[in-house]
Amino acid sequence: VQSTFSAFGAEALATRTLGTSMFVVAAVLTVAVLALAAHAVRAPQGRLDHAGGMRMILWLGAVGPTLLLTALLAFSLPMMRPLTAEPGDLRIMVDGEQFWWRVRYGRAGTRDEDALVVTANEVRVPVGRTVVFVLESPDVIHSFWIPGLAGKVDMIPGRSNELVARATAGGVYRGACAEFCGLSHANMAFDVEAMAGAAFDAWLETLASPAAEVSHDGRQLFEEYGCAGCHVVRGHFAGTPIGPDLTHFAARRSFGAGTAPMTVEALAPFIVDSAALKPGSMMPPFEHMPLQDAQRIAAYLLELD
Amino acid sequence: MAAGVEPDQSDPLVRAAQEARLREVWRPPRGLFLRWTDTNNNAVGAWYTVTAFCMFLFAGVLALVMRAQLAVPNNDLVDADTFNQLFTLHGSMMMFLFAVPMFEAVSVLILPQLLGARDLPFPRLSAFGFWTFFVGGVFVAGSIFFDAAPDAGWFMYPPLATRTELTGAGADVWLLGLSFIEVSSIAAAIELIVGVLKCRPPGMRLNLMPLYAWYILVVAVMILFAFPPLIAGDILFEAERLLNWPFFDASRGGDPLLWQHLFWIFGHPEVYIIFLPSIAIFAMIVPTFARRHLLGYPWIVLAAVGTGFLSFGLWVHHMFTTGLPAISLGFFSAASEAVAIPTAVQIFVFIATLWAGRVLWSTPLLFGAGALAIFVIGGLTGVMVAVAPFDWQAHDTYFIVAHLHYVLIGGALMPLFGGLYYYWPLFTGKKLSDRLGRLAFVLMFVGFNVGFFPMHVAGLMGMPRRVYTYPEELGVGALNLVSTLGVYVLAAGVAVVVLDMLLSPRRAHDRRNPWEAGTLEWLAHPKQENWGVRSVPHVESRYPIWDQPGFVRDLDEGRFYLPDAEEGQREVMISSVLDAEPVQIARVGAPSVKPLLAAVTLGGVFIFPVFHWYSAAGVSGALALAMILWWLWTGTSVIPEKSLKAAGRGVELPLYTSGPRSSGWWAMVITMTADATAFMSLMFGYWFFWTIHADFPPPPAPGLAGPGVGWPMAALAAIALGWLATLAARELNVRARVALARLALAAAALLTAAGAAASIAVPWTSGLDPELHVYPAIVWVLSIWIAAHAAVGLVMQLYVAARSLAGRTTPTHDADLRNIVVYQHFLAASAAIAFGVLAFFPGLA
Repeated sequence: VQSTFSAFGAEALATRTLGTSMFVVAAVLTVAVLALAAHAVRAPQGRLDHAGGMRMILWLGAVGPTLLLTALLAFSLPMMRPLTAEPGDLRIMVDGEQFWWRVRYGRAGTRDEDALVVTANEVRVPVGRTVVFVLESPDVIHSFWIPGLAGKVDMIPGRSNELVARATAGGVYRGACAEFCGLSHANMAFDVEAMAGAAFDAWLETLASPAAEVSHDGRQLFEEYGCAGCHVVRGHFAGTPIGPDLTHFAARRSFGAGTAPMTVEALAPFIVDSAALKPGSMMPPFEHMPLQDAQRIAAYLLELD
Repeated sequence: MAAGVEPDQSDPLVRAAQEARLREVWRPPRGLFLRWTDTNNNAVGAWYTVTAFCMFLFAGVLALVMRAQLAVPNNDLVDADTFNQLFTLHGSMMMFLFAVPMFEAVSVLILPQLLGARDLPFPRLSAFGFWTFFVGGVFVAGSIFFDAAPDAGWFMYPPLATRTELTGAGADVWLLGLSFIEVSSIAAAIELIVGVLKCRPPGMRLNLMPLYAWYILVVAVMILFAFPPLIAGDILFEAERLLNWPFFDASRGGDPLLWQHLFWIFGHPEVYIIFLPSIAIFAMIVPTFARRHLLGYPWIVLAAVGTGFLSFGLWVHHMFTTGLPAISLGFFSAASEAVAIPTAVQIFVFIATLWAGRVLWSTPLLFGAGALAIFVIGGLTGVMVAVAPFDWQAHDTYFIVAHLHYVLIGGALMPLFGGLYYYWPLFTGKKLSDRLGRLAFVLMFVGFNVGFFPMHVAGLMGMPRRVYTYPEELGVGALNLVSTLGVYVLAAGVAVVVLDMLLSPRRAHDRRNPWEAGTLEWLAHPKQENWGVRSVPHVESRYPIWDQPGFVRDLDEGRFYLPDAEEGQREVMISSVLDAEPVQIARVGAPSVKPLLAAVTLGGVFIFPVFHWYSAAGVSGALALAMILWWLWTGTSVIPEKSLKAAGRGVELPLYTSGPRSSGWWAMVITMTADATAFMSLMFGYWFFWTIHADFPPPPAPGLAGPGVGWPMAALAAIALGWLATLAARELNVRARVALARLALAAAALLTAAGAAASIAVPWTSGLDPELHVYPAIVWVLSIWIAAHAAVGLVMQLYVAARSLAGRTTPTHDADLRNIVVYQHFLAASAAIAFGVLAFFPGLA
């Protein structure tokens, strides 16, 4: 679920409380102002004299809002401070790219680029630990938003933004791109899972390992059609990391940046012509690829768990 | 006729003769083609309003298509590309082709009436502004029929919108087409500011102005400071798209955020530019139906001015998610919340007035009340999103879509429809139907709330904005279906209003001033004369029709000022800025085709580059210059046949003034204020790049080495001497040393020309390559800016020299010369800032 109402992070929970309180006050104010206006319209002429009117404008129009807004500001200013991160905290590098997410995990105790664990279109966080997202973009502006975890932060070419967050409860959620980024802005989501610390560590170890051996002949086709020109499958194809890393592809909940389920039926047509599902997709179409070949490549990919 | 021997206004024959002359002078041109050469505010204002309203309907239809697409998840009614064009064009048109032009249109239409004036000070400028809007508007709106509409959002964020492989000609349509329309907005702003400041009737001191005039003043001044940063941004943007100068390209030293700053420095005041005029209409309606003066006049004026000021300090709240430091978040959150205070003051002024008065229910007031209800909600959600942590969740979701529509439909559209029902009799002599009006109101009010309230929830449930579709699993399908239904009901309400207007010609004329209002505009007759007012009144109250005994009769019998048009000229009263003492009778332009031709040819300059037809653009530019010079030469600063004229009531006024007493001088000052704002926005760019880079300017390298000190100082010296020589020409001319004055002007022209050439030499001689890095690019842009302004200054100097030779500028009639001196002040100051910074800042940095 991709909702600010199902909050599972410290910041999202605080913001939900803030939003609810503001909503209640706003509802009371709306009713009060409208009731006053209704009363004003019905009141006989001269019920309010000039001096009384001027007093009302002063107190209700100027002083009252000033006091309320000052209180609101005092209440909300502390929330504008980001969570503090320690140097040893988990760092997750996320790049927004048209129209998918390159996700790289820094392993504990190192900031070495080579030690990053690479995946795509899926973010997992350990419950109870502080996580630093480092948010960048190589092409256009995107915005990284996991509504249940924290507010959104833009990914701006030439800049590096940080979002510090902490999940407080486990579960499976969804995030999405919030800044208009082109044709498939609507098709740029990702799966989010908050998991217990130990399970997360184990999962990250698996993610770091190369793909298991498979005997599927789709692997052959993957190579023949030049898929490795853009996709890495560690252990099978070194490839060039232009598109999403596919090493543990089948372990994800969806493909195409949260747009389709992990089935051969959905995946094969996507391999042939990804733009049919995702307009503006950067993956070139393979017009002459027989559907059977695509199905075999899909079957191969679905074994990469 | 000398003062003292005034006509006997009690004599019906005298009056009839005067009326015949006035009628003849102000007679609109007729005929299939000639009618479009009209410049009178009644005609131009009506065309302007109708065009802006059609733009509203068109943009509304785009929204209906979008809502149909979003009614159910995974819909495929329109594809992603079409949807992106739809929402971009919907937002851009509502902002640039409806809301702002509608304010200008309505103001052109009613400002003279509100001020008891015959026309605006520069009728041909109004006509020029309208035709500019018309040409640009049709171009931008029409692009969708060629699948070439802008598709990068109305905010046009780079790099998405600067990369020509991602966004096609649509982005150029947006940048060039809307820049062209911004010209018309600024033209209208100048016209309206001068109109409010210099065309008030005698006696109408600033504190007696109708509130609409106050709001016009505030909003027009805001346009003056808000639009130029966008124009500066557009220049940088097109330079990147067409010439590959990397202002927003991070890989070559640029920064996408510079555009966001420039855009929102414009974009946030824009919101207030849109809704203040509607509040102003409300401020005219409420006293009429409360049957009393507005309670709290000083409060509401202060609130309007305060909103105007504050609105320039809030832009960053559109950028809360870009990764700002906490201190900026706190400051801009506080400022954004603070703007709610003057807004609350305005709301309580209305409530207090209704409370104190005797309320008469009517359709206009009904729309006003509905507007209040909607606007209060929009204002409160505005306070919510002003709180940065909440905005991090709400930003770029449907919550914002809901919020902005509550603000704009509650704050702008509903009062505007109220104003339509209120002012319709003023222009047609007939009321609209109360029954249809109530029906329309109910449909609009219910439809709006059903349509837009659920969007708050959809947004918080995770639905981002600007998505052409959404998956079922988001769980917002039902909410969206309800929204779609509501929006169609709202549209039905608008359709009822349109029907009501179409039925109007079949209805009977109503009496004069059908609402029994107290303000000057209601002096208009149901079967209107084109002359505006029979005589220009003397005003002693905010509600003269209610308060001044015998006011309407005196006015109709021509007992006030300017009851006649003896010389067959269109004349308006010019008064002093603060106290509205009459200072001049100005002759204003009669119908002319020149503004139309100038607008069309200038349009070519903006439209042809979209298709990369640069030589056509050049030819069009030369033609536009010729048209404008022709227009100025034949129609401005005309030396009258006599120096003084009796204005009535024993007052004798000059027919010609120059300098600060004249309206033209003020127009020049105001124009140059806008121009200087654009210039400072470009300078802001220079310093912005300095703040984001550790080394700016970058270390010298081929194509990157700065311009040094020599050429910038040479250019500055030439321009400064040209400025001094122009000043000398003014002083010599006023002392009747005409030959020396011409010589000084010639010298000034030579110096200014040299200054223009030297300005280009600044980046040229140092070999700066503007495609390499943002530093050379910004040096080029600033140098070109100064060079272009020097070139315009040169044209002005030559023009005035020619006027002097032709005997059209003389020692006693020197308005042109004084106006170009104002231009030269600004030119010299800009050159000093630009070249001072280009020469010396690298040494300091």
